[in-house]
Amino acid sequence: MSERETKAKGGIRELSPIDVYKLLPRTNCKECGEENCMAFATKLVNREVSLEQCPPLLKKENEKAYKQLRELLKPPIREVVVGVGDRAVKLGGKLVMYRHEFTYFNPTAIAIDVTDEMSEDEVLDRIKRTENFCFEYIGQILRLDMVAVRSTSNDPDKFKALVKKVADNTNLPLILCSLNANVLEAGLMATPKARPLLYAATKDNWREMAELALMYNCPLAIFAPGDLKLLRSLAKTLIAYGVEDLVLDPGAFAGDGLADTLNNFTMIRRACCKRGDELLGFPLLGVPMTVWMEKGDVPEEVVKWKEAYVAAMLIVRYADAVVMHSVDGWSLLPDVVLRQNIYTDPRKPVAVEPGLKVFGSPDANSPVMFTTNFALTYYTVASDIENAKVNAYLLVVDTEGIAVDSAVAGRKLTAEKVADAIKASGIEGKVKHRKLIIPGKSARLSGEIEELSSWQVLVGPRDSSEIPKFLLEKWQKQT
Amino acid sequence: MAKSEKDEAAFGLKLSPRLLELLAKLQEIELEDFEMNVGDLEIWIQPGTVAAPSVAVPRMAPPVKAKPMQIIEAEFVPPIESYSGKVVEVTLGATKKKGGSRGKTVIIGGETAPPFYTFEQPMPHPPVISVDVFDMKVPLAKAVKMHVKDVLEDPAAWAKLAVKKFGADLLTVHLISVDPLVKDASPKDAVKTVEEVAQAVDVPLVIGGCGDPKKDADVFEAIAETFAGERFLISSITKDMDVERCAKFIKKHGHVALSFTPMDLNLARELNRILYDYLPKEDIVMDLTTAALGYGLDYAFTNMERARLAALMGDPELAHPMSSGTTNAWAAREAWLEMAPEWEPRELRGPLWEVTTALTLLLAGVDLFMMMHPAAVKTLKDIVKQLLGGSAGNADKLVEWVSMKT
Repeated sequence: MSERETKAKGGIRELSPIDVYKLLPRTNCKECGEENCMAFATKLVNREVSLEQCPPLLKKENEKAYKQLRELLKPPIREVVVGVGDRAVKLGGKLVMYRHEFTYFNPTAIAIDVTDEMSEDEVLDRIKRTENFCFEYIGQILRLDMVAVRSTSNDPDKFKALVKKVADNTNLPLILCSLNANVLEAGLMATPKARPLLYAATKDNWREMAELALMYNCPLAIFAPGDLKLLRSLAKTLIAYGVEDLVLDPGAFAGDGLADTLNNFTMIRRACCKRGDELLGFPLLGVPMTVWMEKGDVPEEVVKWKEAYVAAMLIVRYADAVVMHSVDGWSLLPDVVLRQNIYTDPRKPVAVEPGLKVFGSPDANSPVMFTTNFALTYYTVASDIENAKVNAYLLVVDTEGIAVDSAVAGRKLTAEKVADAIKASGIEGKVKHRKLIIPGKSARLSGEIEELSSWQVLVGPRDSSEIPKFLLEKWQKQT
Repeated sequence: MAKSEKDEAAFGLKLSPRLLELLAKLQEIELEDFEMNVGDLEIWIQPGTVAAPSVAVPRMAPPVKAKPMQIIEAEFVPPIESYSGKVVEVTLGATKKKGGSRGKTVIIGGETAPPFYTFEQPMPHPPVISVDVFDMKVPLAKAVKMHVKDVLEDPAAWAKLAVKKFGADLLTVHLISVDPLVKDASPKDAVKTVEEVAQAVDVPLVIGGCGDPKKDADVFEAIAETFAGERFLISSITKDMDVERCAKFIKKHGHVALSFTPMDLNLARELNRILYDYLPKEDIVMDLTTAALGYGLDYAFTNMERARLAALMGDPELAHPMSSGTTNAWAAREAWLEMAPEWEPRELRGPLWEVTTALTLLLAGVDLFMMMHPAAVKTLKDIVKQLLGGSAGNADKLVEWVSMKT
């Protein structure tokens, strides 16, 4: 190989707090809020604080150390900001290839497209659906993140009018899509300060696109489908041109070429995370909506289904942003939940404190139920009890953060644990009865629980959505 | 067409699902633009690994003032690694020649690179799907039930449907009724059920227990003995069973053990070590526990990804093919619950939930999927075919997405 822009960069695991500590002021001034510089260094390595939280480091005399630290802590994948203000989206910034090596940052941003040949009603409807998409999941709101504005007319005036309409109707960051620089520039003139992602520089238009990116201070995507040599060459060229914030689209082929797509995304991520390749160290953009090109006379549901699973594979295999066409809840929901799952921090168990939780104002005759301490199980059960507006006790048993069925199968939820939890919770001093409602999925533990705890077991519903009905029909009959 | 209608009539089935037809059409369409680009291929075939130079190149110079007038060429060399470990190959099912009665056998495992890193190594065997059949009525999601409602109490008919209509590579017979807390059916009853299924179809079988460690051992032993030499996958052997006893009858009667542990690689290694005292490695598949999308899939994914990478790095105790109870996807209420109108129809959302769970774990290295919904099964099969088919995408055409009219 003739040349290579690489840098010997240790993986995140090799970065020790000591290396960071050595470059800090080491005055233990506590201005950052930590006890001492070593504690701050540890948090820096864990990405729980930023360098800028150390005021002395920002002083002139520490400039060199600050720069060295920035370099040391620089992620192998550049963090690129799209948009401005509250809804600006950060792409990339990842430190590792595999999530178990550390954790992933900046969840895959999902963009929904509109075009300059859609009717005004359709455009506004799609923007509204993108903005309003909202699903509550373990105390978080899952949303869509961007609008991809495409020129299908190739007419600068039409595109300009569309971009203006979109910008007037949403604060979501935009991706402006056209391979014609004149069209893109017209769009930029409609919203010159919004810092949209420009899509895209190709082997044919890269100079005009680079000029636009510099002039309007925008991040720029490179599109080189199926050609990583070209992708890398264009990255090298654009960096030399002065464009720093790049995003890479190696092409998302569905059907034929799906294997290429996964291979390309995987090779790029490995090249920058494991081999220090700086030319490929940029966020990756995947376009599952390419499946719509092969639509033919296939029913839309099938295309949406396919678009959704291609997006799922790209979310797992390293995409930092995806562009989609379907705005249907049924097809997007699995993807936004998957994204949340993949981007949770594997260093922290998704569990809640075990113990006794009180709902409403229960008395000595109120029902007692139990569930596991897996956060999702707990929040689901808790919200169902709250919505039913019943007074009840909920005993949260420590299953090491595993859901009911898996915990029963894996012996993390046993009759002993339930009996111990009853004793430890002090519930026996709070209610007169000795009746425990257990999750339907733990029915097999009934006998043993009765034996070990001397409580009578009522097998509850398999899903907590049926708790209100159960209490109404079964519990009230009991008491 | 007439034949498939006849099949349907023969099984007393009505496959109403529009999606299945829709998906069938989809597959045809995908075959249309097959076009191989030799230039693209050169990237993939790189005999002899080119190692990254260990010399540190100084940080890139800041952009020079003169802007480049033409593309500055850069090379791309696939970052290929080599691995010291290899996943063992396990054969499921045995034909007459090999002492069984199956019409075909299935081989899983044998990987020498991470899942679908086909730029590095081809996948030696495609991941396969075992479709669930239950020996009694169980609560099923509406989206699943609509496809099997006529065979719910007839495991043999259910098995035929799963193989002929859904395209199952294997079948899992779940012996729920033997549970002392359910029907407490006898090992003899279980043998009879398995007999009926084994007669009805000729694919390899997975024998699923009820979860009671004592009863399962009794049932598995009776089945192992009756069907000696069939290389059934016994699902599953857990640490709280009499592992020695189970391993011995699995070995004696020529079957394969599914070593099941709850999301903990150390426990998986521990159980495998106990099994090694009685069974060759080629007789062990492992199940590290599957949690549904939204309900701990992240744990399952990372656990499996770590296990597979560890196996390739040379950890022999994790170098087994992996099985996933992907049907667990249906434990997620979002898969089956009727939700607000913006999330409907659940008939599509549910199977997509199963597909998404399966694909995530496919990319973590699962070799054997136990699944339920026909559309999910078909989709996964199609994707595996595409991923291993290796035909190139059409780059010239792809560029047009930017201005595609939708």
